[in-house]
Amino acid sequence: MQLTLEFGGGLELLCESKKIHKVNVDLPNGADDLTMKHLLAWVRTNVIKERPEMFLKGDTVRPGVLVLVNDCDWELSGQLETTIEEKDVIVFISTLHGG
Amino acid sequence: MEAGEAKSKKAGGPRLCCICNLRRPVLKRPKTLQQICRECFYEVFEEEIHQVIVKNHLFKSGERVAIGASGGKDSTVLAYVLSELNKRHSYGLDLFLLSIDEGITGYRDDSLETVKRNEVQYGLPLQIVSYKDLYGWTMDDIVKMIGLKNNCTFCGVFRRQALDRGAALLKVDKIVTGHNADDIAETVLLNILRGDIARLSRCTSITTGEDGPIPRYYFSTECIYSPNAYRGFAREFIKDLERLRPKAILDIIKSGEDFRIATTTKMPEQGTCERCGYISSQKWCKACVLLEGLNRGLPKMGIGRSRAGDVNGDLHNKNESKSGPTVKSIESRKQCGSLDF
Repeated sequence: MQLTLEFGGGLELLCESKKIHKVNVDLPNGADDLTMKHLLAWVRTNVIKERPEMFLKGDTVRPGVLVLVNDCDWELSGQLETTIEEKDVIVFISTLHGG
Repeated sequence: MEAGEAKSKKAGGPRLCCICNLRRPVLKRPKTLQQICRECFYEVFEEEIHQVIVKNHLFKSGERVAIGASGGKDSTVLAYVLSELNKRHSYGLDLFLLSIDEGITGYRDDSLETVKRNEVQYGLPLQIVSYKDLYGWTMDDIVKMIGLKNNCTFCGVFRRQALDRGAALLKVDKIVTGHNADDIAETVLLNILRGDIARLSRCTSITTGEDGPIPRYYFSTECIYSPNAYRGFAREFIKDLERLRPKAILDIIKSGEDFRIATTTKMPEQGTCERCGYISSQKWCKACVLLEGLNRGLPKMGIGRSRAGDVNGDLHNKNESKSGPTVKSIESRKQCGSLDF
């Protein structure tokens, strides 16, 4: 599944200062769709290069990290249960550091 | 009912914006828990700011106003909203962007580029004042000399004064700075944790007089010289609270606003610094004390609360009879840096 991931507000520093990542994510074994829960685990393994604790806390993002799925706050789409589709754009922005 | 809602979401039933009932909502406002669309958010956000400006009589027609611009999200939003409202509601303000260059390589350079874009985008004249020009020292130089401990004291004191000096250059009547609710809530909490009741009462005020430096964030990303763990924990704590109850942050601010505690603390009498002419409650302003320490190779001077060996302590003894405010003189200001006033 082709996806665009964007990191901002300082999170890009955790992935070699690259803000935009065009990625190809496979469906987890035996699953019919890709959820944010799975995607976060995938990002943690494949995109984040350092200090993963700045990005994740427990099984979800650290409080203060905004998640937008196709420009819409993931709070409105079910957070970890949000289903991701082909060509979706997922944006992670840290709001923890200043303004 | 919750189960029903979850079901309709799964079935893909598109909900609509609570305000316009036309467009797809993109966010949930923590303040009201309303699910609203982008357009309605801009509208209510800008209108609320306009109401605050009007209600608090923040501006008068014809005033010159500097927007403290760091290149970060808060000041960028402020620059946009204020220039927009100024046109929409004919405030009659002359707006300027005012930026401080602390001289932190690889950190401020990027954000100053953002401010330069704001200058073009919103058509606002930009003034940049640098620590190097004002004080003869960049933060890089200061850190080289004193190390990472206490460097925030220098940066904070110098910035507050640099903003005022920039304001003097621009001949503005007021400076506005952009802060978000998270920042204010965090500051309320930190003032409680420090037992700083005087600052706790002040930190939620919408306007400040000239009652001394107010510690405020001015960074667009985390400063490379200060990870500031204590503040970081406070921030994470309030974000954790917000996750459990979205209104928690606004409630902390409300608590801060309602803490108007009568203290017997005397407000320091305001005078001017004998060295540079900047407002100061002491003989020398804090920036001059710190600068003197740097220039004499005694960087600990002016750090902490100890009065022993303090410039102001010494001066105070010598000049006890000559206390009280003095008239700001243009000539005396020049000593503090090479900028011409």
